[in-house]
Amino acid sequence: MTAATKTRATPKATSPWALFWAEYVRSPVAVCALAGFLIMVLAAALAPWIAPQNPYALETLDIMDARLPPGSESMTGLVFLLGSDGAGRDLLSAILYGMRTSLLVGVVSGLLGMAFGVVVGLVATYRGGRTETFIMRIVDLQLSFPTILVALILLSVLGKGVNNIILALVIAQWAYFARAIRGAALAERSKEYVEAARAQRLSHMRILFGHILPNCMPPLIVIGTLQTASAILLEATLSFLGVGLPQTEPSLGMLIANGFESMMSGRYWISIYPGIVLLLLIMTINLVGDRIRTILNPRSNG
Amino acid sequence: MTLFILRRILQSVIVALVMSLIVFLGMNVIGNPVDILVSADASQRDIEEAIARLGLDRPLHEQYLYFLRNALNGDLGVSFVSGQNALSAVLTRLPATLELALVAMALALLIGLPLGFLVGLRPDTLLSRMIMGGSIVAFSLPTFWIGIVLIMIFAVQLGWLPSGGRGPTTTILGFPVSFLSLDGLRYLMLPALTLALFKMALIIRLTAAGTIEVAGQEYVRFAHAKGISRWRITSIHILRNVIPPVVTVSAMEFGNIIAFSVVTETVYSWPGMGKLLIDAIRLGDRPVVVAYLMVCVLIFILLNLIVDILYSLLDPRISLKDAQP
Repeated sequence: MTAATKTRATPKATSPWALFWAEYVRSPVAVCALAGFLIMVLAAALAPWIAPQNPYALETLDIMDARLPPGSESMTGLVFLLGSDGAGRDLLSAILYGMRTSLLVGVVSGLLGMAFGVVVGLVATYRGGRTETFIMRIVDLQLSFPTILVALILLSVLGKGVNNIILALVIAQWAYFARAIRGAALAERSKEYVEAARAQRLSHMRILFGHILPNCMPPLIVIGTLQTASAILLEATLSFLGVGLPQTEPSLGMLIANGFESMMSGRYWISIYPGIVLLLLIMTINLVGDRIRTILNPRSNG
Repeated sequence: MTLFILRRILQSVIVALVMSLIVFLGMNVIGNPVDILVSADASQRDIEEAIARLGLDRPLHEQYLYFLRNALNGDLGVSFVSGQNALSAVLTRLPATLELALVAMALALLIGLPLGFLVGLRPDTLLSRMIMGGSIVAFSLPTFWIGIVLIMIFAVQLGWLPSGGRGPTTTILGFPVSFLSLDGLRYLMLPALTLALFKMALIIRLTAAGTIEVAGQEYVRFAHAKGISRWRITSIHILRNVIPPVVTVSAMEFGNIIAFSVVTETVYSWPGMGKLLIDAIRLGDRPVVVAYLMVCVLIFILLNLIVDILYSLLDPRISLKDAQP
């Protein structure tokens, strides 16, 4: 048995992570996507140090610099590589800071939605019976309504703000995780190792989170990745519509919205560049998620 | 069969009631109902009078029944902004949204199905790879941003198409529509394309996956072995089994298109109910928001009902007794 395993796997790649990675790098597109995504995360994290200008320091902005095309020089001698926006901000700096907000909101709401959905879905499946039926009815009901509508309505009640939009995104997305974990946990629930754990009188908590959850991780990782992308997209959309983040916290969606006004006069760069960055951000996450799905579940290659 | 449909209709009514309860509670527990029903510049006496008149001093369950009775009579309050009945304000905007959504859906199917089929038949050609790559890009495109880009290219730079609005309409069966006149089509084209892109990507992927699956099945190989012409196999044996699930998913996605038209309508100033919703949210016009919500809930429930019934009629394999819990 051990001899057979050794001959199949390369000497280096023995841990599941290493095997996964060996499989992942076989797709050059996915590797590029991951690299691109990491570069963007790094750029966003380091924004305060690498951005040519602090776009929030309003006293350093000059209205004379407003809406300059890419490559022009500002009053202070700074070169606007990607042009400037309506407030005379360097667009490159604004994009770097906007990416920070977009990523933060997307990742935090993705993780919180995952945590909430997983706990609810796991408990429902483990308890079974009426609890399960009741919770899954709620999940089905919510999934029959488009996410954007749920989020829009929540925000119209809650109002703008970073915390509010994260809350709205979590409520709008938890049901996807609950459904995914239920599908996986349903298969695990009746397996022998769970029965063995029960026979040992381990606590419910330990069986749920120590035994069942780790075995449900593959689909969760895939859904988590794709939902993070859709959370970023949703936040950008809501901010564009003017119901998401406040003006003081410009995300990529709001930069695009601000540029929309000056676009009719041919000043394309204010909307176009943040949009390209947003597209790249979402696309790289989607490509990475797609690749993970192909590896973890080779059959669902849709 | 009749029993199944009756049961399904009963379920829909229950869902509608639950949703109306959620909307009602959302207004009354999270928001202050006085803000919703009385305009902000009303005097203290007006407010007290309104509270008594609207029964807001009564217990919550009585209020809910009152809300429900009014809703059934088509009364969901009066818009603060226009002073119009909120429900009729939404309903007058409904045809524009429906037209946009229908044209977008048709575009997505007309382009998505053939492309997906092509990819599914020959997954490894360069063209197929390009189509699949394009579908991933379209999948990640922010709807509002691609709308802006299209306006910039076709309206600002080239000047071929108008940048927004609905333009002239033709009246048919009492509804104003754009797609019957050439000028109307020019206004309709960009918003419909913008709205269609995401669904098109979805349909391409679904069709491709379905085609690959069907083409590998036993009966297709058997048909090849029997010497049936390749054209007949692809156009009849394969295509017929690929289309039904795609159409079902598309019908279910129609609700999503209506919701997403909020974004497209805002970008293109298309005078549909999505634009109305955004304006209402921005201005705090709560009765209109509630009315939009209730209309949407009804549309989605109806859509789900129709899809379920059609599906059970079309696919004999679905057991009617225990279809849908």
